[in-house]
Parts: sequence; structure tokens; C-alpha cells
Amino acid sequence: MHPILKLVSQRVALGLLLLVSSSAMIFGLTEALPGDAAQAVLGQSATPEALENLRREMGLDRPALVRYVEWLGGIVQGDLGTSITNRLDIATSISSRLSNTLFLAFWAAVVSVPLAILLGLLAVRYQNRWPDKAISGVTLATISIPEFLIGYVLVYFIAVQMGWFSPLALINDTMSLGEKLHSIALPVAVLTMVVLAHMMRMTRAAILNVMQSAYIETAELKGLSSFDVIRKHAFPNAIAPIVTVVMLNLAYLVVGVVVVEVVFVYPGMGQFLVDAVVKRDVPVVLACGVIFAAIYISLNLVADIVSILANPRLRHPK
Amino acid sequence: MTEPLLRVRGLKIGATVYPPGEKPRDIEIVHGVDFDLERGKVLGLIGESGAGKSTIGLATMAYGRGGVRITGGEVWVSGRDILKSTLRDVRRLRGGEVTYVSQSAAASFNPAKPIMEQVTEAAISQGKFTRREAEKRAIGLFRKLGLPDPDTIGRRYPHQVSGGQLQRCMTALALCPEPDLVVFDEPTTALDVTTQIDVLAAIKEAIRDTGVAALYITHDLAVVAQVSDEIMVLKMGNMVEYGPTDQIINAPREDYTRALVSVRQIEHPEKAPAGAPVLSCENITARYRGTKFDVLKDVSVQLYPGQTLAVVGESGSGKSTLARVITGLLPPSGGRIVFDGCELTPDLASRPRNDLRELQMIYQMADVAMNPRQTVGTIIGRPLEFYFGLKGDEKKRRIAELLDEIEMGKGFIDRYPAELSGGQKQRVCIARALAAKPKLIICDEVTSALDPLVADGILKLLLNLQKIEDVAYLFITHDLATVRAIADSIAVMYQGRVVRYGTKTEVLSPPFDDYTDLLLSSVPEMKLGWLENVLATRKMESAGN
Amino acid sequence: MFRYMPVSAMIGLTVTGLYFLAAIFAPLIAPYGMAQVVGDVWEPSSSEHLLGTDNIGRDLLTRMIYGGRTTIFIATMATILSFVTGSVLGFLAAVLGGWADQVLSRMVDLLMAIPSLILALVVLAVLPVTVTTLIVVMGLLDATRVFRLARAVAVDINVMDYVEAAKLRGEGRGWIIFREILPNALSPLVAELGLRFIFMVLFISTLSFLGLGVQPPLADWGGIVKENKDGIIYGIGAALYPAIAIATLAISVNLVADWILNRTTSLKGGRG
Repeated sequence: MHPILKLVSQRVALGLLLLVSSSAMIFGLTEALPGDAAQAVLGQSATPEALENLRREMGLDRPALVRYVEWLGGIVQGDLGTSITNRLDIATSISSRLSNTLFLAFWAAVVSVPLAILLGLLAVRYQNRWPDKAISGVTLATISIPEFLIGYVLVYFIAVQMGWFSPLALINDTMSLGEKLHSIALPVAVLTMVVLAHMMRMTRAAILNVMQSAYIETAELKGLSSFDVIRKHAFPNAIAPIVTVVMLNLAYLVVGVVVVEVVFVYPGMGQFLVDAVVKRDVPVVLACGVIFAAIYISLNLVADIVSILANPRLRHPK
Repeated sequence: MTEPLLRVRGLKIGATVYPPGEKPRDIEIVHGVDFDLERGKVLGLIGESGAGKSTIGLATMAYGRGGVRITGGEVWVSGRDILKSTLRDVRRLRGGEVTYVSQSAAASFNPAKPIMEQVTEAAISQGKFTRREAEKRAIGLFRKLGLPDPDTIGRRYPHQVSGGQLQRCMTALALCPEPDLVVFDEPTTALDVTTQIDVLAAIKEAIRDTGVAALYITHDLAVVAQVSDEIMVLKMGNMVEYGPTDQIINAPREDYTRALVSVRQIEHPEKAPAGAPVLSCENITARYRGTKFDVLKDVSVQLYPGQTLAVVGESGSGKSTLARVITGLLPPSGGRIVFDGCELTPDLASRPRNDLRELQMIYQMADVAMNPRQTVGTIIGRPLEFYFGLKGDEKKRRIAELLDEIEMGKGFIDRYPAELSGGQKQRVCIARALAAKPKLIICDEVTSALDPLVADGILKLLLNLQKIEDVAYLFITHDLATVRAIADSIAVMYQGRVVRYGTKTEVLSPPFDDYTDLLLSSVPEMKLGWLENVLATRKMESAGN
Repeated sequence: MFRYMPVSAMIGLTVTGLYFLAAIFAPLIAPYGMAQVVGDVWEPSSSEHLLGTDNIGRDLLTRMIYGGRTTIFIATMATILSFVTGSVLGFLAAVLGGWADQVLSRMVDLLMAIPSLILALVVLAVLPVTVTTLIVVMGLLDATRVFRLARAVAVDINVMDYVEAAKLRGEGRGWIIFREILPNALSPLVAELGLRFIFMVLFISTLSFLGLGVQPPLADWGGIVKENKDGIIYGIGAALYPAIAIATLAISVNLVADWILNRTTSLKGGRG
């Protein structure tokens, strides 16, 4: 079998294994730690009998392994369990929220990825001169600033003082695409700034790494124009590292979404998860946790596979 | 008189250095160099590291690598001062009139594109040939340079061909656009000696057939004597001597040149094996864990007290693996090692401290052989503490003694490795080995990374120390000139086996086995016409078969 | 060592120092008590209240100083925990190799397969939220990153000839780890220390902001932002102050960490 095919399938298998293990770990964490869901619901002052009853009702008296397998089986079939706090089916509650979160993340990605690559190229083109230093300075500042600060600064100045956008990003299905985009403009801006900072540093490093290779010097010594050097020699070798960087940062985007949703009161999965944690609604926490983990693992998997596919030694074995 | 193709006057080159913890500084690397090159002639630029030869070579293309800049002088190519040309004109010069062959072809080829595309790229983009013509030219060059499957090799990717083949491809790349001048930057330095001779012959023939002019940059005077018409000797950015090859090799005027010409001509009376061997390897077979083939096959050699056994071989011969087996880092799968009469346990961990003390090792790269955060005093002092329990003043005294023995003063005790030169670093490593008062020191390519003159100094020191301390050396190397200078007995290794073993005189006198014959005849000698002789002899031999 | 410190690093060092001093001497310099109500809700800044008051009427400057103390304390403790755990395990994995290395590395891979924030949220859903819990959870989760770095650095150094020379001498594991590997591993690790600290400050602030970190009436900067965030809509910028404090601390530490990293990449012998 072609070595690439073998490597890719190995990696996919590893990804699946990781996914299952993560779900086990998440489940296990909620089990292994002192205090269970029944305790959480009834509080510290619950009587032992009340606890026992609730446990039996919730099915917590069965062994952990059984409950895990049941839960996992349910997920695979699309049943994410029932919320403790409002007794609603989690899958239905999540689906609209998940699509909202993905909507937000999608547009943030669409804006930030090309921008990150462009800025990375600029930084390399003017390496160590003022554009590079300026970009580095701004990204340094942005990475050091918590997302909620960026969020509230934008809200304070743009939404409240200037009134261009609403400080709350509420969307629902009745809105048109344009209205939705207007609504999420500020959250997208915040997410973009956060992810852009990380991504730009890494694209700069990846492009710099390629530009400092010996074969770039060879291309220059052939008298090729700067543009041709980049287009014909740097670019093909830079695609893989850049795609990897983008994928890794999209994974990071998944996490940044949580805070942004809380700041802007956006009805997405992040907000849902945080509320559930505060209310100690364990089934919801488990469900959201697994979904976030799945997205994160998949994006990392794609990054790894792109790296494998882009390696010329693997594509053309001896 | 026709205008020379290349005329360099007062060339000055500078660079910015960034020493750690200090402000960046501007320094001058080349201090005003003049030379001419006629069409169709070859000029050899020779010097040790830091001489500026590569920098000058690249300056003929108006190029500076890294932070290097041309700060003064004139470079006239075909009647134009390229230092004053526009970037566009310079770009037309590069790849069209002047081309470059780098030291490491493996790094200089784009791993993502097939070879043919890269070989023909300059020729096509400079508008000299159409794609069809360029490819035909390329295939012709492949054939001329002796590459296998010249019609199809272009379709392969760089990682699919060997180092020597890739170096030839790079030469084809440089010759494809029909340039006026080719700059060869150490093209054979990274190759094995048996591969080097083939590539060297191919280059020489290609230069002669195409009538191109060439700058041949190298640190190996014997190699440059084979291909160039004139030689310029450089030292620390200054020209030391400049003249026809014949004069430089046979009648050098400057001391520095004389030293370069007489490198490795150390006098050393050969000692005959006497007494019981201090080290005896008997039928050693070994393989690395997880691999399926033996790296060492039935190796048996002996080393006598106070003598030097040189283990010679090219990459892949197993010579370094032998060192790892003897020191216990790689337990052999068969055979035994007898050290000073007792059998050594195969595994490092189980050996008594005294055994470890009597067997010391010196490494090829002195930079990484010393802990950068320890002073010279600590490095040399540790074996004294560890093996002999020396402390305080007594230890200091002994360290000073050792520093004297390696011809460095007491003032070095508090210095760090990064502050030392290449030769000094290696000397400290020698002192560290000597501190243990060993019976045997394994020298693993200890001079291979050093400049030829510095290496000579180290070899002389080692021979001196051998006389004083009566220590035996297992000297691992690929350089036959070194072997001739210092060995008492020699073992030639090829693909894990000892193919020839005996005293120096025995091994170096005919009749030879095929491999030793190949190896010995491939080592460049400081004689004009050596290359032609060897090639002619080989042609005769293969014609006679 | 201070021969050539760029201006940026000097600024960074000064500001960081100031914050730490304020944190240590908080009770001495705060004008009022931490939970003391001294005025009206969200008063603008005045001579009595330099930053105004917060959403219940407490002096904002006092809350900020005490908040800084909490944030810096938690971040420091968590960084120390993460660093010690990660480095020790990382070194052990590199030096012991084999089975121990495999087990530790796989465990870390698993922990890192999920974003730390998500894992932290999951854990905090079932644990009581105390300062100790926060320090332990944050410290252990972040130890994974330190583990990877420490292990990589140690593996790099382990294959150097001078380590092999020490092994050939017969030196014991202790000498090799503490005298050969550690001194050379310190520089890249110390630079990383700064970055981990910043991450901890941001992390605890984020958790508190989400309501899952430090619980009132104990103050920390993230919590103060949460308490005052509703004022933003009305144009009251009280929530911005703690957020700016977080940002300036993080940037300052970043500047110092950058300087250390630049110094060490070409330090004695090129180790970095």
C-alpha cells in the first residue's frame, strides 16, 4: 500500500481513538471527583434519603462503566441525554445553539484567515523593518489582552458611544442573513482580533522558515524576480505549514467562542455550556464538552493529515 | 589584449554581527581583494574557514548571504561594474551569465519539484532557451556528467537520488543556461572520497567541454590543484598569494602557502607491534536495536600499548559503531572485547569505574562535546575529582599541568567553551581525556571538523602526548592523509567488515584488494595531473578486464 | 547580565515589579477595606475615590488592589505548580525513556486533546469552587504544556556528546540530570515561565469573569469585570479598569520573557 495511505489511515484511526478516550476522560472526570450530580442538585443540606432517592431516579446507582457505555451509545445515535435543570432533551436544545456557534466561528474564520496570511507575508517581506515591528507589537498587545476586555472596549466605544452596533448579539431564525451579519459584527471582530494575533505570529514563523531555506537562495541566484521566487518556490512549500497553522488556530477559535458569547449574550453553545456549569447541570456539561472536544480533535486531525499529504518524500517514495 | 571576463578590484565586504547581550556591530570580512579571470580559465580560491572565499564567490554575483554586504570596490563582469548596476540588470546576470553550485545540493534543491524543472528553470526564465531546447541540453549534461539514466533522471525528485548524483545535477543546473562563469562553492566537500573523485572528474570535463570560466572554492589544496589554472590563497579576508597553479604548488613563496602545501606531512616513525595488546576485539558482530542487518560483521583488530591503530572507512563502513561497541554504548550481538588482559562486559552500566577510567574518548565536534555552561577548569577537573578524588589546590595544580601539556596557559581555567577557537576546544577535550590517565583513547574523527592547519597542530600534539604518556590511540577517520601521518597499524573497513588489516607498511603496499585500491587511489594528491593519471589508470584497468 | 537591556524589557520589568509589590503590600496601601461600602453605586472618579465606586458602592481602587493580590497570588501558585510538575515529569520522561516515557507522553497527549478551558469547565461543574481547587486545576492542566517543552529540551540535550561523555565516565543519573542537563535546560524553561504566568493570569480572569473562578466577596480582576459589566451599556467604564490592569501586567511580563528568550538563543555554546 502506498505509504501515504497507510499513514493517513493510521492518523484517522488515532483520531477516533482519541475521541473515544476523551469522552471517557470527560465522563470519568465527572465521576471520579467528589460530589455527584445528585449532591449538586440538592445542595449540601440534603438528607441522605433524598439523595438516595434522587440517585435512583437519575440512575446514578448503577456502575460507572455501564452508565458510560450507555451514554456513549446514546451519543452515537444522536441522543445527548436530558438536562437536569429544565428536563428538556439536550439534543434539541443544542442543535440551534450549535449552528449559531458555528455561524459565528465560520465568519470569524473567513475574516481572520486571509488577514493572518496577508499580515504574515507582509511581516516577512519587511522583516525587521517598521511594518514587521508594528505588526509584532500589535499582536503582542492583543495576545496579552483577555478577550472580554477587547469585547467590552468595543462595546463601550462602538456600541454605546457611537451606537453603530448593538451591544447584544441576539440572533434568531427570523432574521435575514444581512441582519444576522450586522448583529454578529462585533463578536466577529473580537474573535478575529484574538485569533488573528496568534495565527499571524505562526504564519510569519512558518513563512520565514521557508524563506530561509537554501533552495530559496538558489532561486534568487537564478535571477528570478522576488515575486517568482515566492510564487514558484516558497509558496508550494509553505502551503502545508500554513494550513497546519490555520487548522490549529481554528481549533483555538472554538475555545475563544465561549467567552465572546458570554460577553455579547449570544445564544450559542459557549453560553449554554457556561450556564450549565454554573447550574451544575452535568448531562449538559458532558454533552457540550464532548461536542467541543470532537470539533477540536477533528480540526487537529485535518492539520496532521495535510502535513502528511504535503510532504514530497511521502508523496513520491524512493 | 582582450578584456578579462571577470575583473575584481579592491573588493571589500562587511557584515553585521549580533553578539549575545551586546549591541549589534559592523565588521569587515574581506579587506580589499584584486583578481582577474579570463574566459575559459579556472581560478581556485583556497583558504581556511573565515578566509572569505565563499563570500567573494557570491560577490561576483552581487549577492551577500544573510547580513553580509558589499561595502566597497568594483566587480567588472564582461565590461560592466555589476556593483553599480540596477537590480534588474543584476537579476539578468544571475542565472544567465554567472551561475552557482553550492556546497550542499541536497539543501539547495526544492524538495517539492522534480529535478528537470529546477535544472532548466534559469535557462528558460532568462530567455536563453525554449523549454524543449533546455531539456535537451539538460539531458546532454546529465549524460556528460556520468549520471545514471540520463533520459529519465530528470523526472525524479531530489530526495530520490543520492548525494553525489544530486551534486552532479546541481552542476548540470549551473551549466544549462550556457553561462560565462560558474562559481563552484566547495562542491565535493560533503562527499565521500570515492564519490568525490568521480564528481571532480565530471566537473573538470564539463568545464573543458563547455569552455566556461570557473571560480573553484575549496579548503582542500590537493583538490583545487587538479582543476584550476591559477590559485589565490586567502586568509582572514586578505589575499596571501596569487599565481599559476604550478607555482603555488611547487614553489610557494609565502609561509602560509607553504604550510598549506605541506599539510599532513608529519614525520612519524612506525612502531612495530610489541607485547600484549591493550585492546583486542575478537569477532565483533553488532546491530542496532530494531534493525534487521548487522552493522558490524565479525570484526577483529588489536591495539598495542603506546601505539596508534587507525580505523579507516567511508560513511556507512561501521567505524564509528565500532567505537560505540568498545565503549559499551552498543552491546555486541557476538564476539568479545578484551581490554588489558580482562574481558570487558558488553554493557556500559556494568563496568567497574576503573575500566571506564582507562578507556577515554574524544569526539569530532568539540562544540557539543563540552557542556557550554561549564568552565574549562570544571571540564578538565571533573575526571580528576571523579576518578582520583582530587580537590582544592592539588586539583588546581594538576589542571594547570594538563593545560601546559595541551599548550594552553593557566589563564584558560575560567573561560567558557564558546570563547575558544575550534582548535582550542579540541585541545581541552584532549586534556579532559588525559586527566583520567587512560591506557587507551578513542579518537572519533577528531580532526575532521577542523581547518587543515589547525588539524595538523592537533595531530602533532596527539603524537607528542603519546610519547609522554604512553597512551594508545584508536584513531577513527576517513582521511587517508591523516592515516599516513600518524598510524602504526591500519584497519580498512567497508560495509561493516575489516577488508584489510596490518601494520602501516603492510596495508599501504600493494597488492591491494579492490576496495582499498579504490580508496587509496581516490585520495587527491598535491600533484598536478594526478586526476588525469588516476582516471587513465582506471580506464586502462577496466579496458584490460 | 544587564549590560544591554532593551528599553522594552526595562519597562516590562518595572511594571511587573510594581504590580507584585502592590500585591504583597495590599493591606498597607489600599485606602479602604476590601468589602467596605463607602459610597453610591458607580460614582465617577473623585479625590476620595480615585477610580470611583463599583456596582455596590465599594471603592474601586481598593477592590482593584485586593483583586490584583488575588489574581497574582493564584496565578503565581498555579504557575509554580504547573512548572514544577511539568518539568520534573518531563525530565524524567526524557531521561528514563522507554516505558515510563510512553505512558507519560500518552497521558499528556490525552489531556491536551481537549482545550483547557473546556476541561476546566467540566471539572468545575462538579468540584466546589475554592481558591485551592482553582490553583490545582489550572496548575495541573497547564503542566501538560510545560511537560512537552521540558521533555523536548531534555531529549535535545540528552543526545549531546557532552552528556554521552558524562555517561561514559560513569557519572550517576543525579549528576547527569542536575549538572549536565538542567543548567542548559534552564534558559528556555525560564522564558516559558513568563509565558505560562501570563496564561494563568488570563485564565483565572476568564474563569472569574464567567462566574466560575474566584467567588465574591473575594475579589479578583476577572470577577470585578463581571460585577461591573452591566454598567458598560450605560456608558460606565468601571469594568474596563481591571481589564486594563490584566492587559498591562500581561504585556509587561511578555516583554521580559521576550528579552530572556532573545538572550538565551545565542547564549554560551548556542544552546536555546
